[in-house]
Formats: sequence, structure tokens, C-alpha cells
Amino acid sequence: MAEYSTPTSEQEFQLNFAQLKPHMNRTEALYESSRCLFCFDAPCIKACPSGIDIPQFIRQINSGNDTGAARTIYDANYFGNACGKVCPTEVLCEGACVYNLQDVKPIEIGRLQSYATTKVIESGKKLFGPGEANGKRVAVIGAGPSGISAACELRALGYEVDVFEAKSQPSGLTVYGVAPYKITNEETLAEMAYLQAQFGYNVHFNSPINSREELAELENKYDAIFLGIGLGKTNDLGLAGEDKINCTGAVEFIAELRQHHHQVAVGRKVIVLGGGNTAMDAASESARLGAENVVLAYRRGKEEMGAYDFEYDLAKGVGVKGLFNVAPVEIVGNGYVAGVKFIRTETKEGKVSEIAGSEFVELCDMVIKATGQAKQTDFLSLIPGLKVDSKGRIVADAHTGQTTNPQYFASGDAWNGGAEVVNAAAEAKLTARGIHAYLSK
Amino acid sequence: MPDLSINFAGIKSPNPFWLASAPPTNSGYQIMKAFDAGWGGAVWKTLGVPVVNVSSRYGGVNYRDKRLVGFNNIELISDRPLADNLREIEEVKKRFPNHAVIASLMVQTRQEWHDIVRQSQDAGADGFELNFGCPHGMCERGMGSAVGQEPKVLQMIVEWVMEVATKPVIVKLTPNISDITEPAMAARRGGADAISLINTIQSIVGVDLDKFAPYPIVDGKGSNGGYCGPAVKPIALNMVKNCAQHPDIKLPISGIGGIENWRDAVEHILLGASSVQVCTAAMHFGFGIIREMTSGLEQYMVDKGFNTIYDFVGKALPNVLHWEDLNMKYKVTANIHEDKCIGCQLCYTACEDGAHQAIKLNAGTRVPEIIEENCVGCNLCSLVCPVEDCITMDRTDDGTQHLTWKERTQAGTAPTEFNDEKAGGRHHWVPEPAAALGKERHKTLPGKARVLNGETELPATA
Repeated sequence: MAEYSTPTSEQEFQLNFAQLKPHMNRTEALYESSRCLFCFDAPCIKACPSGIDIPQFIRQINSGNDTGAARTIYDANYFGNACGKVCPTEVLCEGACVYNLQDVKPIEIGRLQSYATTKVIESGKKLFGPGEANGKRVAVIGAGPSGISAACELRALGYEVDVFEAKSQPSGLTVYGVAPYKITNEETLAEMAYLQAQFGYNVHFNSPINSREELAELENKYDAIFLGIGLGKTNDLGLAGEDKINCTGAVEFIAELRQHHHQVAVGRKVIVLGGGNTAMDAASESARLGAENVVLAYRRGKEEMGAYDFEYDLAKGVGVKGLFNVAPVEIVGNGYVAGVKFIRTETKEGKVSEIAGSEFVELCDMVIKATGQAKQTDFLSLIPGLKVDSKGRIVADAHTGQTTNPQYFASGDAWNGGAEVVNAAAEAKLTARGIHAYLSK
Repeated sequence: MPDLSINFAGIKSPNPFWLASAPPTNSGYQIMKAFDAGWGGAVWKTLGVPVVNVSSRYGGVNYRDKRLVGFNNIELISDRPLADNLREIEEVKKRFPNHAVIASLMVQTRQEWHDIVRQSQDAGADGFELNFGCPHGMCERGMGSAVGQEPKVLQMIVEWVMEVATKPVIVKLTPNISDITEPAMAARRGGADAISLINTIQSIVGVDLDKFAPYPIVDGKGSNGGYCGPAVKPIALNMVKNCAQHPDIKLPISGIGGIENWRDAVEHILLGASSVQVCTAAMHFGFGIIREMTSGLEQYMVDKGFNTIYDFVGKALPNVLHWEDLNMKYKVTANIHEDKCIGCQLCYTACEDGAHQAIKLNAGTRVPEIIEENCVGCNLCSLVCPVEDCITMDRTDDGTQHLTWKERTQAGTAPTEFNDEKAGGRHHWVPEPAAALGKERHKTLPGKARVLNGETELPATA
């Protein structure tokens, strides 16, 4: 098959990974924004976890007030630009657009959002600034969507903020975990630079916090600590042969791809294990890297996959094949991956069972596991009094984000178990206000 | 097939569509191109002592994504030598003997009028249009709308022209006046054969927010211009109607103003025009739009069984009454068709804030509900509804009663006092003022009005 040839240069890479939501020009933005009906009590706002006043910013774009539009967006969501590109708008704002009910294409809200915010980022216009200093300090662990959003909001409330990030770049998932055809590194980092210039928080890169001593130091130096640590590495499946060369986790594979583009090698025949959105991304990316054959293997039926329909369609669109009702038993091969031994399954009353004697081997030379990410429970156990639930999620107050250790607050994937960038951005804003309420007592 | 040709006050034309005197009729080249494309006639860009123009000259009103819903200009009459124009008129007439070529004229003295009418006649023009409408540049020199605003002067100049004209004379009126019928009657008294209207409306289409100057900007400054384009059609239609209904005018009318497609032309004709003139649309989209106009008009005539244009000239006029003669007993009530509603709730806000608080929202659905006893049948909800036929205005009176304001006045049942009990229309319910305070904006449930094809709603994630 191989719809895409293996990219050998950055230029070829860009061609294979062309942006799904390319930037709009002025005319496009004008035409698209003119279609908005300005619904009362708009369904799109309600469908947005961050509650952006969407009809308002669309009208602002339409009347030539792009800066005002960007302000409306950032007022609700500090990852306004990134969300415009990476949000599953098909099931959020655009999915709620009233035009869907008339069989008319919904307003391209995501692209309009990126249009307005890109303009303001490029102009460097100052829209926001830190609030009057209140003398208190907050440490933020993790420079991902939740950590940076919290940092912005806390600065606006007058706190001094230090962000500690293990990696060398900010924005977490947005630069390490999202498929490259959804957003580019340049776009992500430009928004991060813009926010930092506006709010003036400090970010310490390559500064992982992973010992009790380091935490104790933060507890002494700061009035509150915000946990925006996200999720960990790809879960181990506990299969025989999982340690073979070319058997990798989807999170790791995508992070590698986002940083090294065409220099990332992919197998000729790739099997992706999993049925979630990350599995769709990994499969689609393998195909765009030139794999001749990409198979998506899921242990239940197609209908039961966790991935959004449009994500599966995207993968199918680049030639990915589905293999359903199969469970991996063993990664076979001699040092290198040579195939996956599967057993067929069936689902009865919601329960998956294996069909005895139905084993078979599907040959491949690369396996990508998109079977969920581990929780960072080892790290969390270093925090005294901090509770996690049975699924490894931080237990915190739904409105304030305060954990069972009153000095610690949490948001994002580590709290919600793994959701969209927009959820993390919205929650972090709430939690920052929770910190403010706590420290203002 | 219906016959589109007209004989307008003696000027023959294969169809009623003429190009108005303006930039598209500046030269023989353009007019021949237009006739070739299918236009029936052209009013040549006004001849007179050639002017010198400025740049820029045009300003636009863009509404949302729509460009030039309104348009204005500060361009003056022809800047080309009269001899060149006359030579080209002769050439056009030679090649298009059956098309209408009308010379628009604007000069000052009696002698100048006599000279230019004779010369144009000699060149072969089928008629004249006296430009008493130009609202910028020329009026300050005592011409254009300065004449159109002075019925006595207008009449005198028409009389001068009639002394020498052997071809039909059309007087083009300015809308920059309180009663359009006054100059129209002056034209009639002067002996004119027809009138055309409207010329452009004195306007400022916008102001540059950075340069602090009106559009179009000439070296940092600007001037009032003449407004035209789709936005002026309602004003033009009303003035055409006023002239057509007036018992003392009785002149053929060439309708001008906001004509962009066949429908606009039919509206002008139904209100009394028997030829129509087009300018902005031709400037915006080119001469090619004539194909849509003639084919649309032809199809309309076929559908309605009209054989000639004259079968429907002024056909709507008997239905345009004074307000006092309208039936106050006729009643319509809004009806929301739930199966078509997309849940935008624009009708709710419009009625709540802009009309009579006759629509309410209910928990659990985004489909609004009409409060029938409060609906005055004003139409606002159906006008703002973006879905065809989703809100219909259904007749709710029994059709047996008829009562007009005039009749009420005569019967003594019309309110006459400041606190007259006889007022209040249908006495719809009005909430107490304080009920307006603290109204929540987001009060209905999220989700869609309806579920399409049995598809279930996806949760907005954790």
C-alpha cells in the first residue's frame, strides 16, 4: 500500500504531515465568521470545557477586531491557540453548532480561534499582565497545559510563580504528545513564549522533581504547590517478548516523532495495539512515515473503540487496516520484533473472552503499544497525606483542586485520569482560583 | 416566448435593462461590449464641459462577508471631450440600430442646453436624460441635484430642452429631497416625456479609523459622495411608487436603485417602472450579469403568463395603501415548527428584548415556545429565524371582520386622549419592570434541539 513514501527530508516530512487545520487567511476568516448566527445561550459555549464565548469572538473577527477576539479566547483558555488546533472540535464546539441540524457544515470554530490567537501572538500585543504582587509564592510542577495555565492565572492574581519542568521545552503534551499534523512545534512554542512574556512566570527546564528532599524544599519555600504532572510512560502489557527491539510505547514514539521528524525510523509493517485516540494517532503517523502496512489491533469490536469516529476515519484515510476482536498473547521474534501472536476474542454481555485454540501470528517488524499511560503513583507517594483513588488519580476537591494535603493542588491528567488539553487548561484556571481562595483565608 | 421589448416614451429597446449613466457607460467600447452581452440600452455617461476627477473616487459598504452592499462615488460627469463621445455614439448606433442609446446631459445656460441637445441628436442618440440628480461636485456648481431640488429651475431647464429636442426627454431625479413627486411634477409641467429615479443619495459610506477621514480618501481628505448599490433599493422602490401612484405625474418611469438581479427589476416594474437602469451591479460583477437578469425575467413572465412587460407594470400599486386603510382585524400568530428548529433561540432573544416577550424557554429542550396570548403577530421572530419555514405566521382571525384606522376615527373609537383606554392594541401582557433584573443568560440545558438519525449525544469529555 504505502500511500506515503518515507520522508527523507524536513520538506518531505512537512508534506506527509500537512496540517489538518491549516491557518485561515483574512478572507477565509471573514467568510467563515460571517456564517455564525450568534445563537443565544450558544450550544458551542456549553460544549467547550473552557467555556469560551465563541459567538462573541467570531463576531469580533467578523468586524475586524482580531485582538478583541483573542482576548475573549484567552480570557477563558490560556491554550487558546493550541486548543483551536488540537481540540476534538468535531465532538465539542463544532459538534454542537446548530448548523449540524440543518445539514450545513458547522462553523470552523477551531480554525477561527487559531486565526485570532495566531495574529495576536505574531503581533506580540500585550493583552494581559501580572496582578499586583501579593507577596506569596506558588511552585508549579509540570509545564504542560495545566501547569502553564495555572501559572498564568496565578500571576494574574499576583503570585510569584516558579514552574519546574523535567523536559527541555514547555507545553507538555502539546509539544510531545499530539500528532504533528495537528499542530507544529513552532506554533506551540510561540504561544508558550507569548504567555510567558505576558505574565512573567519563571520556568526551570530540565528540573525534574522526583525526590522527597526536593519536595520538602518546595514545601518550605512556597505557600502552595500545584501538581500538573500529567501521566507517565506507556503501560506495560506484561506480555512475553515485550522487551524486543522495535516494540515501543505510543507516547514515546510520538514524543520522538515530534522532536525528530523524518529522522524517526518506522517499520515496514507496523502493528498498533489499542483502540483509543492515541492508537489512531500512532497508526496514522506510522503510515505517514512510509510504513507499507499498518494494522490497528483491538481486543473488542470496532464499535467499542474509545477513539472518536473522526480519528478512526483519519487513520483509515491513510490506509490503516483494522484487526478487531484479537488480544495479543506474545511478541514473537529473535531479539527483534518479528510478529505478534494474537488470540481471537468475543464479547458477551460486555465481557471480553478469548476463544480457545484460535491463536495466530500476524507478522510485523514494529509494535506500537497504545494501551494507556501509567499513573505516577511512585512520585505521588512521596507527598505526605496525598490520596490517590483506585485508578491512581489524585483525589482533589472538584471546585478548588485542593488535594488531601492542603498545601498541594492538582489539575489535568494526573487528576482527571487523562482528557483533552482543553480540560486541563480549564481545570487549572479553576484550581488557581482555589489556591487563591485558600491562601487568602 | 414572452416579449421583453419595450417602447419607453418612444425609445425602443429589445429588453428593459439599461445601463445607467455612470462609469460603465463612459465609452463606446464599454457600451458595445454591454450590448454584445445582452443589455437593451445604455444611458451614456453624462456629457457636458469635461471635468477633472480625483483619486480615489469610490467607497464601499461591506456587510459581514458581503462586499459592496452599499457603494458611493465622488466621480463627476464625463472627463472626455464631447467630440469623442459624440463620434462614439454615432458608431454605436450604426452597429446597434435597435438598441437604446440615451445621452445624459448636464450643462448650465440655455444656449449650452440647446447646443448639446442638437449635437447629441445629430450623433444619433435615441433620447436624452437630463441629469438633475448628481449630489456631489456638480451641485456646488449649480447643476445636478441643485437643479433637482428646485422644481422651478428644473421646469425652466426642461422647457429650454423641449424647445429643440426632437427625441424623447427623460428627467433624472435626485432622491435628496423631501417629496420626490414635486420635481417629478415640475418635469411634467416642463413637458418632459418621462422620468427616471433615483439618482444617488448624498452620503458618507464610512470613516477611516486611523486616518480620521471619510471614504473615499483623497490625499488624507474626503467629501460626501453619492450612495447606491443593493442597500438603496428600498428607498428607490418607495420613490418609484410615490411617482407612479401620483395622479398628476402620469409619465413613464425608468426605475433605478439597487437592481442586481431579475427579482429586483421585477420589483421596480411591479411598482410602476417600465424600464430599469443598472449600475453598481455591473461595476461589481461586470456586464455578464445581464444573462441572469434577462433569463430570470423571461422565466418569471412565462410562469406568470405575462406576454409583455406592460402586463405587469405597476401591478403591485393597488396593494400599496396608506397605513390608515389597512385592516386592523387581520391577525397572525407565530408558530414554531419543532421539527425544523435548530435551537439557536434567536427568536427568544429577539422577542424578549426587541418585541413583546411572547416566547419562553423550557427546561430540557432548546426549542422555544410561543406564548400565544402575548403574540402580537409582529413577525420579528420569523424574520430572525435562520431556518426556512421554521417559524410561520399563521392567520388566527376568522376572516370575517374588517376595520381600519380611518373607520375607527370616523366612528369615534380611536384613542384621542393621552391616557385613553381605547389604546393598547390587543392588550398583551407586559411584565413588571423589575422582572428584567438578574435574568440569567445561560439557563437552558446544553445539547441539541433534536437528535439527528438517532445519533446519540457524545459527552463533552470528563
